[in-house]
Parts: sequence; C-alpha cells; structure tokens
Amino acid sequence: MDKVSKEFLEKHSDVINIKFSKYLRSFFYLFLIISYSIFAFYSLGFNKLTDQFKPDFAAKLIQDSYSYKDHINTKWSDTSDVTISYEGGAFTKYDPKDFPEWFLSDTNKHSVIFNNQGIIDIFKDRIEMKGFGDEEEKNLLLTFKLLNGKPTVEGYTFDDPKLPKWIRVTENKVEVRPSLFERLQVYSEKIEIHRFQFGWKYFFFDFASPFNKYSSSELFLLFFSSNRLDPEISNARFMFNEFLSNEQWFHGLVFSSLRDTIFMAVIGTLFATIFGLLLAFLAAINITPFNFVRFFIRRFFDSLRGIDFLIWSLIFLRAFGPGLYTGILAIAFTDTGTLGKIMSEAIENIEKNQNEGVESTGATRNQQHRFGIIPQILPVFVSQSLYYFESNTRSAVILGAMGAGGIGLLFLDSIMTGANFENVAYMSILILIVVFLMDTFSQWLRRKLIGNVFVAIVK
Amino acid sequence: MNNKELPNHLKYLEDNLNKMARTRMLYSVISIAAIILILSTGTYVAEESNAGSFVRGIDNFFDYPIALFAKTFDAGFSWFGYVLDYVPDLLYTFNMALFSTIVGAILALILSVFASGNLIKNKTIVWTARRIMDICRAFPELVLAITLLYLLGRSPIPAVIAIIIHTAGALGKLFSEAIENADNKQIEGLESVGSSWLSRIRFGVLPQVMPILLSYGLLRAEINVRASTILGFVGAGGIGEQLNTLIQWNFGAKITAVMFLLILTITLLDYFSTFTRQKLIGGSFIIPKDK
Repeated sequence: MDKVSKEFLEKHSDVINIKFSKYLRSFFYLFLIISYSIFAFYSLGFNKLTDQFKPDFAAKLIQDSYSYKDHINTKWSDTSDVTISYEGGAFTKYDPKDFPEWFLSDTNKHSVIFNNQGIIDIFKDRIEMKGFGDEEEKNLLLTFKLLNGKPTVEGYTFDDPKLPKWIRVTENKVEVRPSLFERLQVYSEKIEIHRFQFGWKYFFFDFASPFNKYSSSELFLLFFSSNRLDPEISNARFMFNEFLSNEQWFHGLVFSSLRDTIFMAVIGTLFATIFGLLLAFLAAINITPFNFVRFFIRRFFDSLRGIDFLIWSLIFLRAFGPGLYTGILAIAFTDTGTLGKIMSEAIENIEKNQNEGVESTGATRNQQHRFGIIPQILPVFVSQSLYYFESNTRSAVILGAMGAGGIGLLFLDSIMTGANFENVAYMSILILIVVFLMDTFSQWLRRKLIGNVFVAIVK
Repeated sequence: MNNKELPNHLKYLEDNLNKMARTRMLYSVISIAAIILILSTGTYVAEESNAGSFVRGIDNFFDYPIALFAKTFDAGFSWFGYVLDYVPDLLYTFNMALFSTIVGAILALILSVFASGNLIKNKTIVWTARRIMDICRAFPELVLAITLLYLLGRSPIPAVIAIIIHTAGALGKLFSEAIENADNKQIEGLESVGSSWLSRIRFGVLPQVMPILLSYGLLRAEINVRASTILGFVGAGGIGEQLNTLIQWNFGAKITAVMFLLILTITLLDYFSTFTRQKLIGGSFIIPKDK
C-alpha cells in the first residue's frame, strides 16, 4: 500500500505537491490585477463620479424620453389670452377653437386639469393651485399673485419654512414643481405651465397632419376607403407620405439613415469576403506559386488590418465626403485584411488528402482548388463572414457617427442638440432592433449553412 | 452506356444524384444572383446618397495621405518629438481599455457561468442570463457612451462604463459557449466524489476553459483599445480626442504622429495577442467543436 502511494505520489507530484513558488505566482498575478484596478479606478476618476452626476438632469432627460409636454402660456397683462402649444414649439400651437379637453374656460377663469386631479386656475389677478404634492399638501390652496410687480406666494414670506419643498421663490420667479409631471413658472410678466403626459404623441402623424383628428379604427377604415382626402392620391399613399414626413419624429429621415447603415455593413462585408477569399489563396503557402507574392500579400493584409477602420474612415471621408462610400470602403478595407488572414490560415491548415484525391483523377489546378480546397474551408469562410457581418452592423453605426452618415450621425446630432430626448430613445430602440435582427439572421443563416459547428472567434 | 441498360438501383442512384446536382446548381445561381443584386442596388444607393461620386472620390483618394506626408516631411526631425508628445494620451486611452476589459471580463465570467446549461440546471436562469448578455452586446459602445457622456459630462467614465457593458455581453457569450463545450467528464467525476458546485467549477471547468477564456480576453483587450480611441472622438478624452482636434485644425505632421502611434500600438497588440494565444491554445485560433 505504501509503495503504491509512493509511486503514485511521484508520478503525480505536479498535482499533489504543488510547489510553493507556483502558488506564489498565481497570488502575484492576482495582486497585480487588483492593484492595477485600484490604480485605474482612481486615475480614471471613478471616485469623483458622484460629483459629476446630476440626478435632476438625468431624471429630466429620462422623463423626456417617454413623455411629452404641453405648454400653457399667458401674460399678467391679459390672462384671458392663453396659448397652448405642443412642446412649446412656435409651429405647434393649438387652435383656440380646438383646445384640449383638459383646458376649461369660464367667464372669469381658465382651468388646467392635471392627470393627478390637481387643478391650476388662472384668474385675472391671481393663480390658484390645489391638489398637488403629498396627501397632506393636497388640501393646500396656494395662491400666486403679483406684489409690487414681483411674483409671490400669498400668505408666505420669501423663504418660509412652511412652504412645500417643491416651491422655490426667487427674486423674479416662482418655480413650482410638485412632481416630474407638473410644472408652473410665475414671472413678473408672464405665466408658463407645463403639463406632462405619458407617451410618444404624434408618433404616427405630426401636429399639422389632417389624420390627427381620427381615432385608430377610423384611420383603419380610411386606409381602405375610396373617399379620397386628397383627390390627387389614394388615402393609403397619403397616409404613408404623412407618416414619413412627420415633423416631430422624422420617420423618413430615420428610415433612410437606417437603410444607409445596413447597406454599409452588408456591402462592406460582401466586398471584404470576396477580396479576402481571393487574396487568401495567393497568401496561402501551399497554393501560391511564388513565395514573394505570399510575403507581400501577408504584409498587405497586416497593413490593412493595422490601419484601423477609424483611420481608414478619416482618409475616405476626405476623398469621398460624408456618405455610404466612406463607410463601405472603411469596412471593406479593414475586413479584407482580417478575413484574408483568417482564410489564408484556414487554407494552410487543410487536409492534403482530399486535394491529392482530386488531383489523382486528373483534375486541373483550378478544379483541384474548387473541389479539393473550397469544400474544406467553406464552413470557416461562412461562419467568419457572418461573424464579421454581425459585428459590422455595429461598426457601421460607429462609422456613421465618425462622419460617414447613416443612423450613427443622426443619433449623435440629435443627442448633441439635446432638446428632444424622445427622438434619441426612439433611435436607440431602432438601432437595438436592427442589430438584434441582424444577429439573429446571421445566426440562423450560419446554422442553416454549416450546422451547429462551433467555430468561435470574433473580431 | 444507355440508361435503359443500367440496373434499377443504379438508375435510381443516378437520378437522385442528378436531382441533387440540379438543386445545388439552383441554390448557387440564386445566391450569386442575390449577391449581385445586393451589390448593384447598394452601389446605386451609395452613388445616389453620397456627397461626392465614386469616380471623383477615387481621384482624390491619395490627395489626403500625400498632403499629410508632405507636411510630415516638412516637419523633419521635430516629428519624432510630436510622437513622444502624444505618448501620455495613448497611455490614457490604454488605461481606459485595460481597466474596462478587466472589469468586463470579470462580469462576463459571472454571467457566463449562469448562462451555461451544463452548470446551471434551471432553464429560466440560463435563459435570463443569455438575454441579459444579448442586450448588453446589442448596444454599440458608441450609442451607450454618447448617452452617458451627455448625462455625466466629458470624462473617461462614460466610455469605460459603455465598454464594460459591451464587453460583458460579448465576452459572456463566447465564455458561455466555451464552457458549454467543455468536457463533462471532469464535472461528473467531481460530482461523484461529492464536491460542491463552486469546487466543480473551480477544478472541473476552469482548468479546461481558462486558456480559451484568456485568449478571448486578450482579443477583447485589443478591440477595446480601438473602441476607446474612437470614444475619444466623441468626448471621452485620450488620444482619440487629440486626433479629432488635430484633424479639425489640420496639423498634418501631428496627425501622422498620432496615426503612427495608433498603428504601432494596434499592430504590437495584435502580434502580442496572437503570440500569447498561440502559447495558450496552440496555433489555430479557430476552435472546432469536437476538440
């Protein structure tokens, strides 16, 4: 027994008696990674993250992405004259004869009814609000008045501790924000009320569209109806045009940008696979007739790959201007290098037997390549091209933002203007959907073409 | 030989062969036609929507590189000084990439364990973990980074967070594929001696997949250096931001200096990761299922 275990111990000494230095080494690596992470954490400024983050600002933007607001504007000089506009736009004012149902006009006052049943009444000389804030504050009747030309809250001094927390009184302005969905600003000259509502309004048809007044079932009937709203074109066509030319959501522009981005990815990858495959034959040591050709093509692949698509896109941007060519060529150039390298390695690793078998039947050189090599590298080729196609959908979005156009640029532009965060949300959802669909499509195609072979490597 | 003289079963075989050949032919013709169609419509759309035409673009193709090189040549030996000037920015970008790769890889490892059907028997958990990874992966880093940059202000943090999220998704998928392809015998052996779930992972799975995971991680680090350079362009700082400014001001010699640094880094990283991968998993970095 002893003898066996001694032999056993000697045989597997590397497993049973692990040397102390080996332990030490793994601890050393762990220590290295942890200490680097701590260093990077501080050097990148993660400890100052809380100083930079403005929760109010973020909450406002997030709210903007899923809600819309109506502005109710009036002046102290004449409070009977009220304008209501969608998102405060100059071209999106409601017709006074056709005000929304939450706005009630009486002989001596106007009332704005909010979703939480709170009401703001606008009188000739004062504004009253009731039913906002928490349970206790809901019974509070707040009155805003001009006192010596300055806006004040009646019954409260300038910085009264009894005032609800959501009221801020400054020299020239009283700002009331009970929750994210209601806002009242009283200035010495004008009054502005923001009434927020959940949802993406005017998503299908914009503010000025004639289709707005119809309900969805009426729209469905109109779509097939032969009573033309516009005598020139059919209702379906008219509806489609109105949808694409939506002034609030820019569907036409968004869809054409998406199409551009998809084209960039598809065509760039197609070019890359075609050229990559052809050049790979020249770069494979067992195919190419001349060694120096192989050397040059290899270096060519390396330089295409090494000059990143970022730099390619900068060069092409100068030559071709913003547009599809820049994106297509940047993707095609970079991926010709990568796919060519992978394919030439795959060709070098093939089994010789099949090629020799084909040769023994008296096949020509081209036939040998076609029937001896191509079938062997096809799974690698298909899976790699599809992986690259997948990742190029993302690259095309990025290239777009670098200046090539497409949805990336549109996204960057709309976030930089910062006004309409709902458009940003809409676009990012579309990008997600497109990327997801492309992924699913390429996975489906891969499974169809080569079965469930595990060929896993991505860019 | 006439068909009629063939025995029945051979005739049947030949008919089937011809039929298969025809179907194959049809598929090839359809796919080639589809590719030609896509290419032609694509180039048509490109020609329509591009700012300049293709032919004019080809004429101008070498203008910019030549202008850059001319300016570089004018700069003479001071160009090497420019190269050194931008090394700190490069390190800054590299720091971003490395840190986000480490954190992303750790998150990916945790996610991938829960997304592997051979380690977790509960299908709901596996499904949820996979969908989480899909969502993380689907967002291009840039979209996330721009949004976070807008919320958090100009600093490297939004870029790092964006890269971490994307890395966690992308690496997580590869990790879980590698783990699911690991040999089950070790796990079963450990299970038979009554080891716990954690030690099954530690001694049964990790030794098998560690080289693959490390090589994926290295590859990802390389990708993330490129990504953090690009994110510099939209305000994350580092060498990308410098390059953006230089291009806007058209400082030819400095542009080539930064480009040189970038290409050098990317090429070096490429060689380093290929070399290390070869040491780790030997030669081919395409891993067939049965190995």
